Amino acid sequence: MTSLAGNAAADPAFLRIDRVTRTFDGGGGVNDLSLTIPRGGFTVLLGPSGCGKSTTLRLIAGLETPDSGRIVIDGRDVTALPPSQRGLSIVFQSYALFPHLSVEENIVFGLKVRRIARAERERKLKEALALTGLTGLEARRPAQLSGGQRQRVALARAIVADHPLCLMDEPLSNLDAKLRHSVRQDIRALQRRLGMTVVYVTHDQTEAMGMADQVILMRAGRIEQMGPPATLYETPATAFAAGFLGAPPMTMIPGDLVPLTAPGGSARARLDVGVRGEALKLMPEGEGLLPATVIASEFLGAETFVYLALAGGAQVTARVPGRDERAPGTTLSVSWPEAATHWFDRDSGARISAAAVAPSSAAGAAGPNPSAPVRAAG
Amino acid sequence: MTLTSPMDTRPADPRPMDPIARQRRRMTAIYGWLLVMPALVLLTLFAFLPTITTLWASFHSRGTARRPSVFNGVENYADLLADPTFWTVIGNNVLYAAVTIPVSIALALLMALWADAKLPARGFVRSAYFTPTVLPMVAAANLWLFFYTPGIGVIDSFTSLFGLPSVNWLGQPQTALGAVMVVTIWKEAGFFMIFYLAALQTIPPDLREAAQVEGASRFTYLRRVLLPLLMPTTAFIFINALINSVKLIDHLFILTKGGPNNATKLALYWIWEMAFSYFDRVHAAAMTALVLLVLAVVAIVQFSVIDKRIHYR
Repeated sequence: MTSLAGNAAADPAFLRIDRVTRTFDGGGGVNDLSLTIPRGGFTVLLGPSGCGKSTTLRLIAGLETPDSGRIVIDGRDVTALPPSQRGLSIVFQSYALFPHLSVEENIVFGLKVRRIARAERERKLKEALALTGLTGLEARRPAQLSGGQRQRVALARAIVADHPLCLMDEPLSNLDAKLRHSVRQDIRALQRRLGMTVVYVTHDQTEAMGMADQVILMRAGRIEQMGPPATLYETPATAFAAGFLGAPPMTMIPGDLVPLTAPGGSARARLDVGVRGEALKLMPEGEGLLPATVIASEFLGAETFVYLALAGGAQVTARVPGRDERAPGTTLSVSWPEAATHWFDRDSGARISAAAVAPSSAAGAAGPNPSAPVRAAG
Repeated sequence: MTLTSPMDTRPADPRPMDPIARQRRRMTAIYGWLLVMPALVLLTLFAFLPTITTLWASFHSRGTARRPSVFNGVENYADLLADPTFWTVIGNNVLYAAVTIPVSIALALLMALWADAKLPARGFVRSAYFTPTVLPMVAAANLWLFFYTPGIGVIDSFTSLFGLPSVNWLGQPQTALGAVMVVTIWKEAGFFMIFYLAALQTIPPDLREAAQVEGASRFTYLRRVLLPLLMPTTAFIFINALINSVKLIDHLFILTKGGPNNATKLALYWIWEMAFSYFDRVHAAAMTALVLLVLAVVAIVQFSVIDKRIHYR
C-alpha cells in the first residue's frame, strides 16, 4: 500500500488540467481552467459555493466531461476515460455508502467488482480497517454507525482501492465541529503515511489553511489564487482572496481615509487598504494613524475581537491577544506596521504591490496569480 | 357497565376513585370510542359481518322456501373439490398469477429504469406508460376487444397484411387465457412502474457514482445496489399483484365471460357466477372462504419470512 509513490521522480506535476471549460445551462461550472497538482501533495480547492470547485473535482474524477480542454493524470491523458480507468478513488460528501451492505461489504465492493482474489481482499480489508480504526465494526450496516464512523468507512473504501489519487468532496461537512477538527488531522496523517495525492474540496478556509500543502482559491469558475496557505494569507493576490482567508477576514479601509503613500503614487481614492486584524494596534486617542470608536467586542478566550468604527464610516475588526476590557463607545485610535499594509485596486480587486508598479491602477497584480483580475472593471 | 377507552392501557385501579376523576376518565373513554367509531362501523358493516356470514353460509346447506338451511359441516367444500370446474379454475388462476405477476413486475422495472433516465421526452414517456392505469378496466377490456376481434380487429388487420390467417384469440381455449393475461399485464405494469419510479428517485445519485468509480458496470450496479435497494418496493408490488391476480376480473366480463370451455375462468369470476348467475350462495361462500384462506397464508408468509430478508431504510 505504501508503494504508491514509487515512480515519483518522473514528473512533479502528477495531475494537470489544461484549459478545461465546462459550463452548465443553469450557470456555474469552470471556464478555461488550468492547474497542476504535485505528486504526493495535499491540494485544497477552496471557494464559496458555486465557484466551480466541485465541478473541478468531478471533472478530474470523470463524473463530468469537459466541453473543451485536457486532463492528464500521471502522464496519461484521461479526458475521455471513464472514472474507473483513471486510477482514483473518491470520498463523497454524503459518503455514498451502500445502505444495504455491511461495513466490510462496502469497503471491498470495488475489490469484488474487480475480481481481486479472496486472500488479497481479506488482507487489504484488514489493513484498511486497522488504518481507519474500524476493526470490530465489520458486520454493522451504515445506519448503525455514527457520522464519524461512516466517514471513516468512506475513507477505508478509498484507501483499500490502492489508487495513487484520492478525491475528497467536502468530506467533513456532515460532522460536528469537534469531530471535524480531529478527523482533519487523521486524514492528513493518513495521506502522509500512504503517500497519496489528495485533492480536497471545501468552502471552509480553516480546513484549507490547516490541511493543505497547496490551496487553489476559486471564484466564479476561475482560479483566484494558487499557492501554499501562508502565501495566500500573507500576500493575497486580490481583495477577494484577502477577504476569504482568515477569521476575521482582512479589514478593508477606503484608501482616501489612510494617510499613507500608495505604491507608485496611484490615486488613493481608487484604492482600498487591507489590514489583518492581528496587525491592528489599538492606541490612545490621537497617537495612532486613524481615530476610531469601539462598537463591540467578542471575547474568545485566547483573544478578543474588537469591532471598531472609523471616522469615514468604515468598520474594522482588531484581533487583540487575551482579554480586552474597552467598553463600547470608547474612543481611541488604530495603527499598523507599514509592512502589514496591503493595497488593492477598488474596481478590479487586484493587489497593488510596491515592487511592480503598474502604469495605471486598473492593471493586474504581480505575483503568483495568472488569471486575476476576474471582476469586470466598472 | 364499565366503559374503557380502546387506547387505555393503564391497569385497572382497584382503589375507589373520587367522583370527579371517574367522570373525567369516562369522558376520555367516550372521546376515544367516538374517534374509532367511523372506522369501526364501516369495517364491521362491510368487512367483518360479511366475512362472518360468508363463513356461516359456507357450512350450511342451500335453503329453499320449503327446506330451510341446515348445518351440513364441510359438505359444501367437499362438493367443490369434487367439481372438475374447481380444478380448472384453480389451474387457470395459478397459471394466470404465475405469468402476470413476474412479467408485469419485470416490465414495470424496465419501464421505470428507462423513464428515470435522462430522456428528452421523459414526461411524455412517463404519462404514456401510466395511461393504462388511468383507464377503468372495463374500458381497457373494450379497447382490447377491438384489438382481438377476429377478421376486423387491429391484430388481424395487421397480420393479414403478411398473408397470415385470421385468429380468434379470445374464442379458442388454447389462446384465450394468454390473451386475457396480456391485457392484465398491459394494465398493471404501468401502475407498478409508478412505485418503482418513486423508489428510484429516493436512491441518491451518489451511489451510482460511487459504484461507477469502483468500476462497477451498469449491470453490476443494478444487481448489487439497485435491486437490493428496491426490494421493499418489489415486495409491496408483489403482494399487490398477487391480490390483483385474484381480485381483478372486470375484463373477463367484457372479453370472454370465463369461456371458451372455462379456459379463462378465474376464482373470483367463478364465485360471482355461482352466486349471481346460479344463485348457489353456499358454494360461492365456501369458495370465497378458500380464497380468503389462501390469501391469509400468503400474507403471513410475506410478513414473517420475506420481510426479514429485505433491507428497509
